[in-house]
Amino acid sequence: MFIINEFIQPQTIEEAYNILVSRRNNAVIGGSAFLRMGSKKINTAVDLSKLGLDYIKDEDGYIEIGAYTTLREVETSPILVNSFSGVISNSVKNIIGIQFRNIVTVGASVFSKYGFSDLITALLALDTEIELYKAGRIPLDDFLKRPFEKDVLIRIFIKKNQRRASFQDLRNSVSDYPILNVAVSRLDNQWTIAVGARPRVAAIAIKASEALSEHLGPENLAYYADIAAEELTFGTNERGTAEYRQAMCKVLVKRALMEVLECK
Amino acid sequence: MQIEIILNGKKVSLDVKNNELLADTLRNYGVFSIRKGCDTTCCGLCTIWVEEKPVLSCAMLSVRADGKTITTMEGLQREAEEFAQVLVAEGSEQCGFCSPGFILTVLAMKRELKNPTQEEIVHYLTGNLCRCTGYLGQLRAIKKYLGVA
Repeated sequence: MFIINEFIQPQTIEEAYNILVSRRNNAVIGGSAFLRMGSKKINTAVDLSKLGLDYIKDEDGYIEIGAYTTLREVETSPILVNSFSGVISNSVKNIIGIQFRNIVTVGASVFSKYGFSDLITALLALDTEIELYKAGRIPLDDFLKRPFEKDVLIRIFIKKNQRRASFQDLRNSVSDYPILNVAVSRLDNQWTIAVGARPRVAAIAIKASEALSEHLGPENLAYYADIAAEELTFGTNERGTAEYRQAMCKVLVKRALMEVLECK
Repeated sequence: MQIEIILNGKKVSLDVKNNELLADTLRNYGVFSIRKGCDTTCCGLCTIWVEEKPVLSCAMLSVRADGKTITTMEGLQREAEEFAQVLVAEGSEQCGFCSPGFILTVLAMKRELKNPTQEEIVHYLTGNLCRCTGYLGQLRAIKKYLGVA
């Protein structure tokens, strides 16, 4: 059973950050949906619900998503459904159930760098930046590579452009955690392939993305999918072996490429 | 910590611990329609409405419910009974253990989706597991209740 000594709902982001860093075992609790499955001992739980961070807006060339926005809001937002071939909304729609997605938040999903995250994979295939209170605004890719440091994720920015994208996932059953997920996007001739649930956190297949951006022949899709599966590392857990994930990566990347090519 | 909620239309004041989950708080208060069926936040049996949205009460901290409007099966008796009669008529009431969470989700769907397709209905209900596995009967009943093909 988890323990929370004190529960605080700060009125400003600065206050939230100061409480967070004032003691080692103070923590931002996000949507709190996963708390019950662990035995964390939290001194002060920092709840961001009073900070007005639950919004999705389209402004100044970016789609902005507040950290306290729920995954259900992401799934149903007309802004996200109608952008980037709906890839962000599609990526969250198989996460457990609607009742769960009405609780879990974007900020917690991204900041925790969960390996099984579907949302991170989709965001990574787009031009995504995150804004942290202390570290400022940084590309998502950089954030995922950094060692863990206490901070408060405030919002996510996705550059608004004509990027077409596709999200593919492999699950034992709908609503289960993914065994593997893939997101592919294309802006003119610039391609990005992101692979997640490896089971490590999502990463960009750089060589495959570059090769695709230089030359693309529809007959060669399997070739690029092979490059992606070869350059990334995969691991084994209770859902699948590294070999299985690597083999399935080729399939999902190829499917995603085909879907993006068909996007209008 | 003291919280105040509007529970099924009535203002209620409750003393809760910081790590207490809403499903436990409400059951201790006597709201027995809430069931706990999985311990892994995946079965939907503990579904309640918070501000009219279906959520898992087993995954929500009670302290976070402060100031919120909570609706459970006890607060939707007329609508729940209407749908339950359709469930019985279709032979899909089964053991009944998952029914409160399932019915609350169906009633939420009725408010949220207009003329949903079968695919949309199934998608909306993926978070509600039925150990009797009588999904086809449930689906028949939902379509009949919503008046959709």
